[in-house]
Amino acid sequence: MSLMTRLFGFRGGLHLDYRKEMSTGTPIQIAPVPPQLILPLSQHAGNPAKPRVKVGDRVLRGQTIADADGFVSLPVHAGTSGIVSAIEPRPIPHASGLSAPCIVIDADGKDEALATPEWEPAEDINALDAQTIRDRVRRAGVSGLGGAGFPSFIKLAPGHPVETLIINGAECEPYISCDQLLMAERADEIIGGIQVILHTIRAGRCLIGIEDNKSWAIAALKAAAAADQRIEVVVVPTRYPQGGEKQLIQTLTGLEVPSRGLPLDLGLVVQNPGTARAVWRAIRHAEPLTSRVVTVTGSAVSHPQNFDARIGTPMRFLIDLAGGYTTPPDRLLMGGPMMGFALPTDTLPIVKSTNCILATAPGELRPDEDAMPCIRCGACQDACPINLLPQQMYWHARGKEYDKAQSLNLFDCIECGCCAQVCPSHIPLVQYYRHAKTEIWSEQQEKRKADAARERHEARLARIEREERAKEEARARKKALLAASQAAAKPAAATAPSPVEASASAVGNDDPVARAIAAAKAKKAAAPAADSTSDDPVARAIAAAKAKKAAATSGTAETDDPVARAIAAAKAKKAAANADAAATNTKRAKPSAADDERIAAAVAAAQARKAAKAAAAAQPQATTEADDPVARAIAAAQARKAAQSADASVPAAPQSSSATTGDADDPVARAIAAAQARKAAKAAAVASESPSAPTPATNNTADEDPVARAVAAAKAKKAAKAAAAVAPEPVPAAASETSAQTDDPVARAIAAAKARKAARAAGETPTE
Amino acid sequence: MKTLSSPFLPVTASVGQVMRDVLIALAPGVVVYALLFGPGVLINIVLAVLTCELIEAAVLKLRGRALKPFLLDSSALVTGVLLALAVPPTAPWWIIVVGCGFAMLLGKHVYGGLGYNPFNPAMVGFVVLLISFPVQMTAWPSMHPLWDTTDAVSGATALDHVKTQLSLERTLSEIRGDTPLGLFAGRGWEWIALAYLLGGGYMLWRRTIRWQIPVGLLLGMTVIAGAFWAYDGDRYASPLFHWFSGATMLGAFFIATDPVSAATTPRGRFVFGFGIGMLTYVIRTWGGYPDGIAFAVLLFNICAPTLDRYLQPRIYGQRRDKPQA
Repeated sequence: MSLMTRLFGFRGGLHLDYRKEMSTGTPIQIAPVPPQLILPLSQHAGNPAKPRVKVGDRVLRGQTIADADGFVSLPVHAGTSGIVSAIEPRPIPHASGLSAPCIVIDADGKDEALATPEWEPAEDINALDAQTIRDRVRRAGVSGLGGAGFPSFIKLAPGHPVETLIINGAECEPYISCDQLLMAERADEIIGGIQVILHTIRAGRCLIGIEDNKSWAIAALKAAAAADQRIEVVVVPTRYPQGGEKQLIQTLTGLEVPSRGLPLDLGLVVQNPGTARAVWRAIRHAEPLTSRVVTVTGSAVSHPQNFDARIGTPMRFLIDLAGGYTTPPDRLLMGGPMMGFALPTDTLPIVKSTNCILATAPGELRPDEDAMPCIRCGACQDACPINLLPQQMYWHARGKEYDKAQSLNLFDCIECGCCAQVCPSHIPLVQYYRHAKTEIWSEQQEKRKADAARERHEARLARIEREERAKEEARARKKALLAASQAAAKPAAATAPSPVEASASAVGNDDPVARAIAAAKAKKAAAPAADSTSDDPVARAIAAAKAKKAAATSGTAETDDPVARAIAAAKAKKAAANADAAATNTKRAKPSAADDERIAAAVAAAQARKAAKAAAAAQPQATTEADDPVARAIAAAQARKAAQSADASVPAAPQSSSATTGDADDPVARAIAAAQARKAAKAAAVASESPSAPTPATNNTADEDPVARAVAAAKAKKAAKAAAAVAPEPVPAAASETSAQTDDPVARAIAAAKARKAARAAGETPTE
Repeated sequence: MKTLSSPFLPVTASVGQVMRDVLIALAPGVVVYALLFGPGVLINIVLAVLTCELIEAAVLKLRGRALKPFLLDSSALVTGVLLALAVPPTAPWWIIVVGCGFAMLLGKHVYGGLGYNPFNPAMVGFVVLLISFPVQMTAWPSMHPLWDTTDAVSGATALDHVKTQLSLERTLSEIRGDTPLGLFAGRGWEWIALAYLLGGGYMLWRRTIRWQIPVGLLLGMTVIAGAFWAYDGDRYASPLFHWFSGATMLGAFFIATDPVSAATTPRGRFVFGFGIGMLTYVIRTWGGYPDGIAFAVLLFNICAPTLDRYLQPRIYGQRRDKPQA
């Protein structure tokens, strides 16, 4: 304080008609509790709070009634005791004029506080560590009281060394005097709060910037800060917008906050004196932020003055305390006339960031008029404290050339209103900038959406192309295979004593599941003919094998759906096996599984080999042209079982006679196939009798729910086991046709796992 | 239209007020002019103002615009007065009318009226007249103060005289005592120029204009005139002579500063003024016309958007080395 601080000043700015003396004549009055408090859940920057009370609850003063939701968020506290009468959207004081969720408390008049505060009052702030202070400041719901409402605890955890704390007591907006009176009357509390903040952020110095038109406040703060060498009261010239954070920093330090940066980048933290006081109350007295000083002023108010009012108090209540209106107000503003916004009604509540309610008489503010054309006089440029080119930005904003406005640093505009205030053509310049900013924001949002959509689309195209390529390769392989098998094939015939109930009716159906079921039934029913029109080498190989082995053939499946075809193929195989067992007809679980097309294909190929073996005596055949991995996997699983049962029942089948050559090029797949083949062979060797097995229910699970499928698979397994235990049959008993057509990989993986387990279980049962 | 968003405070400045400030600032010059060269200038001003206002009203009507705000903004008034001051006081009435017609129509309303004209309307009118009617436009009277009872005679202006005499291989020191020359510049004109300078000071004080254009213009003229004068003081007139001869002061404070057609960024304005000052000297010294302000202003009006684009100010918080968009 002893040092003369050099002032640097800022460019531009204006001398305005301040009209502060209207409301500084009387000290701050403590406003009584209104009959009802309306507490918006979002009074701060960040996420709205989450209510923790219900309608009908009784709450006490200082009680937390809504919790912070996420990091950048703050709780809300009851300002008095009473009953929660509503939690619903209510109009809130916001520039948008929209409604937002509020907790409404009907005061009971007792104003009863919590018996014990939610945290301990601190006698000695230096005994508290920084984290405790931050936590308590957060729990107290302290947000910046200057206007922006940023949660204060975040600024108390800068994560960056802070050299200087700046208290912004400039209060440069006309009419507003709440900080001025607070500094004059509660200087000790503000200094206390400053000491708490200095302690928390480990800053060594505090500058309190006050405009030179607030002599009482200067004197009071100087007196209160006299004992603390770290705190210096700096009197700054009265010039709008001195209280702008960037301008005050420039005035006090000569430094400029980097464009798009924060004061913290300069080792500075800026707080409002009201916020400092709230921090003090929160730490020293364990009081959450439930009241603030509000200036009620304007020529339409009988006795303009400042009130220490409960947050949530309806504005009209305060205006009535100030003697009511002298004349119906022309405009009702929240904040000052330079940066405040118009309110639709005086029934709105005051919130944490309400520093001023301004009710003006007709003629007090800007008259309604049309703007003249811009004459490029450049007065706006002279007034701009950021040194922007308001006039050029206006032309671009007006011409909807928002990109050009942006390249003129539109987003550095602090919307102080100086340009519009000096414009001889009375153009509402700031309105144009706000509009341009909004347009750019929404454009950017659109662009983000479009980018995401395009990425998705490109990914999809890539996937389709990949699949096409895989198909092409498979086709080539299949051709080779076909040639090979034709050379070796000698169609074997056998009659299948299968029940005929099936239908070709479902073929041509659009629903793949339905078709699959139909196809399966058809195949199971009798001895369908194999007419392979498929593209898929695996499928065709299977089909070819079947065809060769099959005796009875009649029935043309020509569905396009891979799943259906796969199922059909599988069913056919199974039917063959069953027929061969010449005992009972059973169905089996066929969980769907496939993690990878190639694996699936390989497995299918392996199965096909087995099935072919099994079918040596039997005759079903199916047209398979699955190009869907799921379908193939299903087919594979079914084929496996079928093969096993077939092997079991017909031990005579030569294990070595695999006419089918594996065409999988995946070693893993081939290994799996081989392992399964071995197991199946073993099982076949063990089993020799073939009693009939019960046929458990068939689940036509066409749904896409993996859980359902998994359950089905599990049931199938259990059923299989049970069947095996009850009747030593070669037929694996589990019968569930789970036709899967999901594309969820997790689901497929689960299904695959189930299928394998089921297969193993079946395979290990001696009955097989 | 109800003010939708902040700021809500009433605005004291208005276009009309800006224009009236310009008129007030012109008053001393007009008074001195009328005193030294007779009441012809006043007649010209009245005629020009009436013509301009009439054309303005007619065009606004034709374009379906509101009459009142645009007639009350006094911009047509300023155009009329400036054109009248640029035309010889003895010029025939139709010169004024034709000039005003070109100024208002070709200089202003074809571009969309107030605020949209790329060229200084008064200078458009003046140049059309100068090129089309050189005889009437160069017939300047000699100084003939109100208190002088003899008849007015026409005579060369100082700039014209110096140019002619230098071409006749006389030196400046030889012609110093000639009739068209006064104490330090053109006889009579030097006092009018001083009065314009006074008015310019008033506008600077009122912040109706910024300092960059007049200072830039006078500086630009000083730099080039000073260089040649230092090189050969007998063949090249001094900067002082150029400052107070012809339309330099009128141009520096009242014509080049027309906000609509001038550059608007601070550095842009300075360069704009500086360029006009230099170009004026070039036209005066080597060009075919005795004075060059009007041509220089119009030529630099063309450059104004480019100057604005490349001479943007550094904004708050932006690093000094960062290039501007």
